[in-house]
Amino acid sequence: MRHLLSINNLSAADAIGILDTATELARINDGQVKKLPTLRGRTIVNLFAEDSTRTRISFEAAAKRLSADVINFSAKGSSASKGESLKDTAQTLQAMGADAVVIRHSASGAAQRLADLEWMSGSVINAGDGTHEHPSQALLDAFTIRKHLGKGASDLKGLRIAIVGDVLHSRVARSNVLLLSMLGADVVLVAPPTLLPVGVESWPATISYDFDSVIPTVDAIMMLRVQQERMTDLFFPNSREYSRYFGLNSERMSAMAKHAIVMHPGPMNRGLEIAADVADSARSVIVEQVTNGVNVRMAILYVLLAGGPLEVGSN
Amino acid sequence: MSVALSAQDISRALTRISHEILEKNHGSSDITVLGIPTRGAHLAARIAAIMSSIEGKDIAHGTLDITLYRDDLRLRAPRAIMPTSIPPTGIQGRDVILIDDVLYSGRTIRAALDALGEVGRPRTVQLAVLVDRGHRQLPIRADFVGKNLPTSEKQSVRVSLTEIDSVDEVVIEGEAN
Amino acid sequence: MSSQRFLLRGGQILGGKAADLLIADGLIAQISASISDKDATVIDLKGSIVLPGLVDLHTHLREPGREDSETVASASRAGAKGGFTALSAMANTSPVADTAGVVEQVYRLGQEAGFVDVFPIGAVTQGLHGEQLSEIGAMADSVARVRVFSDDGNCVFDPLVMRRALEYIKKFDGVIAQHAQEPRLTVGSQMNEGIVSSKLGLKGWPAIAEEAIIARDVLLADHVQSRLHICHVTTAGGVEIIRWAKARGIQVTAEVTPHHLLLTDDLASSYDPVFKVNPPLRTSNDVMALREALADGTIDIVATDHAPHTSETKDCEWAEASFGMIGLETALSIVNKTMVESGLMDWTAVADRISTAPARIGRYSNHGQNLTVGSAAHVTVINPTKSWVVDRDLVVSKSRNTPYHGYELPGLVTHTFFGGRATMIDSKVIDKVVQ
Repeated sequence: MRHLLSINNLSAADAIGILDTATELARINDGQVKKLPTLRGRTIVNLFAEDSTRTRISFEAAAKRLSADVINFSAKGSSASKGESLKDTAQTLQAMGADAVVIRHSASGAAQRLADLEWMSGSVINAGDGTHEHPSQALLDAFTIRKHLGKGASDLKGLRIAIVGDVLHSRVARSNVLLLSMLGADVVLVAPPTLLPVGVESWPATISYDFDSVIPTVDAIMMLRVQQERMTDLFFPNSREYSRYFGLNSERMSAMAKHAIVMHPGPMNRGLEIAADVADSARSVIVEQVTNGVNVRMAILYVLLAGGPLEVGSN
Repeated sequence: MSVALSAQDISRALTRISHEILEKNHGSSDITVLGIPTRGAHLAARIAAIMSSIEGKDIAHGTLDITLYRDDLRLRAPRAIMPTSIPPTGIQGRDVILIDDVLYSGRTIRAALDALGEVGRPRTVQLAVLVDRGHRQLPIRADFVGKNLPTSEKQSVRVSLTEIDSVDEVVIEGEAN
Repeated sequence: MSSQRFLLRGGQILGGKAADLLIADGLIAQISASISDKDATVIDLKGSIVLPGLVDLHTHLREPGREDSETVASASRAGAKGGFTALSAMANTSPVADTAGVVEQVYRLGQEAGFVDVFPIGAVTQGLHGEQLSEIGAMADSVARVRVFSDDGNCVFDPLVMRRALEYIKKFDGVIAQHAQEPRLTVGSQMNEGIVSSKLGLKGWPAIAEEAIIARDVLLADHVQSRLHICHVTTAGGVEIIRWAKARGIQVTAEVTPHHLLLTDDLASSYDPVFKVNPPLRTSNDVMALREALADGTIDIVATDHAPHTSETKDCEWAEASFGMIGLETALSIVNKTMVESGLMDWTAVADRISTAPARIGRYSNHGQNLTVGSAAHVTVINPTKSWVVDRDLVVSKSRNTPYHGYELPGLVTHTFFGGRATMIDSKVIDKVVQ
């Protein structure tokens, strides 16, 4: 496996392997060892064409803990702005000797273009491309769910997870639907009809417009961020109506099953999709997701970069 | 293929090694036994149990995975990381006894020394192996050896332990020349 | 008019019986079982199909304004390579072809190049803005004799503007060729809206955006009794509406592109913008409906919508890329593959859809004569027994954005004659000899 562009690049065994590796790394990180020599001498470039401090820092921490060198390349905007094209950027990075590129970009498919066109020879890791996918987020979400609810199993069979909010525009939702269902969980998508894509019936998930009826039936609720711009684009009348039907407030939280957890990929709109006291409650694993993110990203970098290609004829 | 060590040979070797470790270190109070997964970890558990029955008290033991410190990662597909578990007494200032099944090039032990270095500073690091098959590529030696097995580089040494394989035995495969 | 004489020997005329065809003085002089002519260059066409010169009613020549992607001359050569003897230059150039001056310039450039007749299409509205009618009369009366008017690239979205345009062109025996795309339903749209777009995270372009405009415009055309032509139909729903309209006697004609007869939206999964086109590739259900409609005549013609783009506008992320594919050089092979080899149409029907009918809609009186003796010698020859592999580095067009790179296509266009001059022999374009 040379690239991680989409959850479709992974088999269930691959995904569980990454989660298990992350579990081991977490234990090491919790102990005294803060730095491992495994990727010493490798150069990892963070190519972030879209603003994201959180994900970029997470990948940077992961790379540095494995002793890789990190170069941050922030290319604001896309080719439409007067800046360099993605192709020219990629070829420049290649000339600088990048072993891997972690790319976040506003255009769906940008990571795949970088990988397919072979503008560069290193591994490409998709850190979020447009509204398409965000595989490392789904992996850290699965890791978090397994840790709290997995009861020692390697997969997520028998668990029921709700993903709530702007599914139409969410790369986190797309990656999670693919990964969580691949690991055996039941996924239910909760959203207003305007924020579910045409064709969602073909996804491995069920749909509901009724948040309240779903809440007591699930083991985890993953809230998605709702952007303010969605209101002017006629997806719902105003934030008041959105919160009334799809916001996770304390009243809804008290209807959750006793063991159920609250998740959010961040950044949160406190008060819109999630109430402040829910975000800060004991059920919320939102802060822990961030820590898990570093360990999962270390595991991804390890799996993609530590090994080499199989050499024919070696012992 | 020939059997170099039978189940009884292995048992006697481990008992002897356990006594030797206790003798050299004047008892068990400052010892931490760490096995290198996979089979080194099982051997470490056995040795700790033997030492414990000799001394009549618990022996601090655990596992040390060295995958992340290997110098040959790029030659193969990525390997799974095994568990590392350092006992609560830690390794600072203690006598660490590393346990592995086969000592060959010495690179695994070199990686283990690096791994230990990240965890702390032992007073001494000693090495016990079930089999020493020669052909060192680094200046590494074992303090306690179950059996010295001269082999050629074309041969391979296979260690089976009942914890994961069906038998206890050590087998040499391949032709000497 | 060429003074050369050509004796085309043994080709199947319109896919029917094999016969000899004599070209002399720029005309089809004779067609009969066995002709002898000692002054003529003999070309053996045994096993090949002889068709009337192909007529494209929808081509983007990019000149004036975007000569980096294509010029009238380079597009004309690409047309000859594909077997075309007439192209229709869409008006979305820079400046827009909304005055007599621009259309006459394009017309003259076509004449100078000398590979095909270039018939300029005039814009419906000034600047393609969809607000004020352009100088339709001036363009109709110009040397270019424009009869087809289109804002293609844009939709004439305002129903009142469309009504007035349909009414006004009646004076000039014109036809409005509508690019059916409701703009409010396609803001930022990237590909067909459906299962594939939901997975890829690319903004969807719903079929209804095309169907709604077709429905509105056939009713308008009926109300004001005028001629309407629907460009590049891509949806099964659009086909149904056109079939309904024709059954009621409404004067609507429709076109389909070769790529919409073959390609589907799952190709977008690679995110390669060579598959990004307006209107987008749709589902296999739509492809089947379009093929049936072309076979039964509900869709009257095949038109290429040849849309050249420079490589930097395709060598990027999908959302950044331009919409469009080139298509002149592969059109007849695609029609052969999808319609003839599948048994849906014979070559006589192909001649109608890709020569006679487009010439009739555009009022191109010198074309679409269907190989009648005495008509201008616009002749195309295709060898259906030969297949060829498309190589984007070897295209004649100035741009390389073909979706078929690496595909093996059945049927090789070998010869093209334009007014008796051989513009292509043995699949090699023949440039004019400079006197």
